[in-house]
Amino acid sequence: MDRQLLILATICYLAAVIRTVVSFRARIFRRSRFVFLTIALGFLFQTAFLSIRGHALRSCPITNLFEVLVFLAWSIALIYLLIGPAYRLSLMGAFTAPLVFLLQLAALLSPIDPPRASPMAPNPWLEFHASISIIAYGAFALACVAGAMYLVQERQLKTHQLRSIFYHLPPLPNLFSAMTRLLWFGFILYSAGLISGFFVNEPLPWTKIVLAIAIWILYGAILQGRYLRWMAPRRIATLCVVAFAVALSLLWSIEFVGHRA
Amino acid sequence: MNFFCFGLNHRTAPIEARERFAGHARSPLVLRDLGCSEVLLLTTCNRVEIYGAADANIANEEIAQSLRIESGSSSKSDLEAFYRKENVECARHLFRVAAGLDSMVVGETEILGQVKRAYANAHANGNAGPLLHRLCQRAFRAAKQVRSKTQITRGPVSVGSVAVDLAEKIFGDLRGRKVLVLGAGETSAKTLRALASRGVSDLRVSNRTPACAEELASELEGIAVPFTTWLEQCREIDILISSTAAEMHLLTPPLLVPILRDRADRPLFIIDIAVPRDVAPEVNEFDGVYLYDIDSLQEIASESRELRRQQLAAAEAIIDEHVADFQKRVRLSKSGTRPTEECPARVSGELRTSEL
Repeated sequence: MDRQLLILATICYLAAVIRTVVSFRARIFRRSRFVFLTIALGFLFQTAFLSIRGHALRSCPITNLFEVLVFLAWSIALIYLLIGPAYRLSLMGAFTAPLVFLLQLAALLSPIDPPRASPMAPNPWLEFHASISIIAYGAFALACVAGAMYLVQERQLKTHQLRSIFYHLPPLPNLFSAMTRLLWFGFILYSAGLISGFFVNEPLPWTKIVLAIAIWILYGAILQGRYLRWMAPRRIATLCVVAFAVALSLLWSIEFVGHRA
Repeated sequence: MNFFCFGLNHRTAPIEARERFAGHARSPLVLRDLGCSEVLLLTTCNRVEIYGAADANIANEEIAQSLRIESGSSSKSDLEAFYRKENVECARHLFRVAAGLDSMVVGETEILGQVKRAYANAHANGNAGPLLHRLCQRAFRAAKQVRSKTQITRGPVSVGSVAVDLAEKIFGDLRGRKVLVLGAGETSAKTLRALASRGVSDLRVSNRTPACAEELASELEGIAVPFTTWLEQCREIDILISSTAAEMHLLTPPLLVPILRDRADRPLFIIDIAVPRDVAPEVNEFDGVYLYDIDSLQEIASESRELRRQQLAAAEAIIDEHVADFQKRVRLSKSGTRPTEECPARVSGELRTSEL
């Protein structure tokens, strides 16, 4: 039953992706609530899935890589639903949907959800550490999406090639503002997750600790570069995209190492 | 009942004729006296039109006379500038007008507001009855559908509007932005006006001839700055509009580098209207600098015009659907209208202004 909910959520995200692809191919973007509503519906199915899993596990459902990916996709959808309309970032859903869809698809298709014999012993610190860190990843993912939108818009302005999408993408300052706020939001959550990791009272592999601190330093450096105005907005946007790709790879490695250890 | 539209527009009459027949507050009253049961007067800078319903046919001369600003009789050549459309064609015409398909700039959206205001006036003065109500509401629906289902309104179509659109994408809100105009000229003044209409309030003008700078500055409520200081001004401003007659580049990368250092990461939007160009094209390579010359601006405007032209067929199809549906609902024919259940001869109760 729980997997069926996840499949339904993935179908919703797929619908949003198809709509986006059709718009890109036709080069016609219209103000529409379709993408927002399909993501909202997908989010509801995901929430139901996580809730059922959580009850079965009697803990936050992030005990294996499969659940981590679903929880990450859920976090991205949650933050999009919260900030997308608030910042009036039209088209953000079009950029967010493919990312969430790919995460869901990877979770569903990969053999990373082995059956569990018995529920795990509850560890509130571990649950807090893991969940807050993944929500931070969700914020970094949305910063990456805003960064990608910034780069698309900036490139059009530089090259004078204004496509249909140009008129629907938000102005550069709005995108940059959303990007930096998401970076700060993610960084604060990630810092809280990192600190709480020291109270877990369970032995953690040193590689996991090193990689987690490396991600923290990476995002800290981007924010410091922005704060001291060492880097132009375009460079910050590029780094948002690169950093999330790196962080996602490291998250995969962390989980891989964690579950192999 | 006979339903008609009578008027002239930018295609049929020069501005002098449109001025002579601009219509006035008494025009609808005169037409009511002539036998019109419903009258709507639509006046814009490009058109003067009367929409009326009457049992008897009212002569063109009499309607033209009601629109005349000054006393006197209308000549034959005056009357040739007018057009008259009856019943179905009248409905089609209003739908096209409201959707911006009959405008000088196809797809412009201001006309819908003007039609709404004209209807509100007619309604407030008791000149709008059930037929005008139906016709106008349908025109508003058709216009909105054309706007949402096609891309007829998309993209800027003049150099000034291109500049405004680009500036809004670069800066977001234009309020409080600082603009410097270097040199003078028709296009730069128009661009400056377009920017001012979106909230730019700090306007600076610099010219080799101080008198020219002061003249343009006073016209646009800006300030004139000495030509020798224009480069220094670039440290403060957000938008530079350049249109001097210089034969060499005035702004080059070596000149801009120290300025950009002082600007931190504030973007600089440069509109180079001059031919030959005032700004070296390499300037566009800098982070945060967006350089557009006259060719780039005109190309964007012409792409938008072309896109709007391509959308015309789709827009006309939507209008056709609304005309057919309207015709069916009010049983509108070439010979006139017959009241139906959906179009009673008298609507009981007030027409709701909320429907505007």
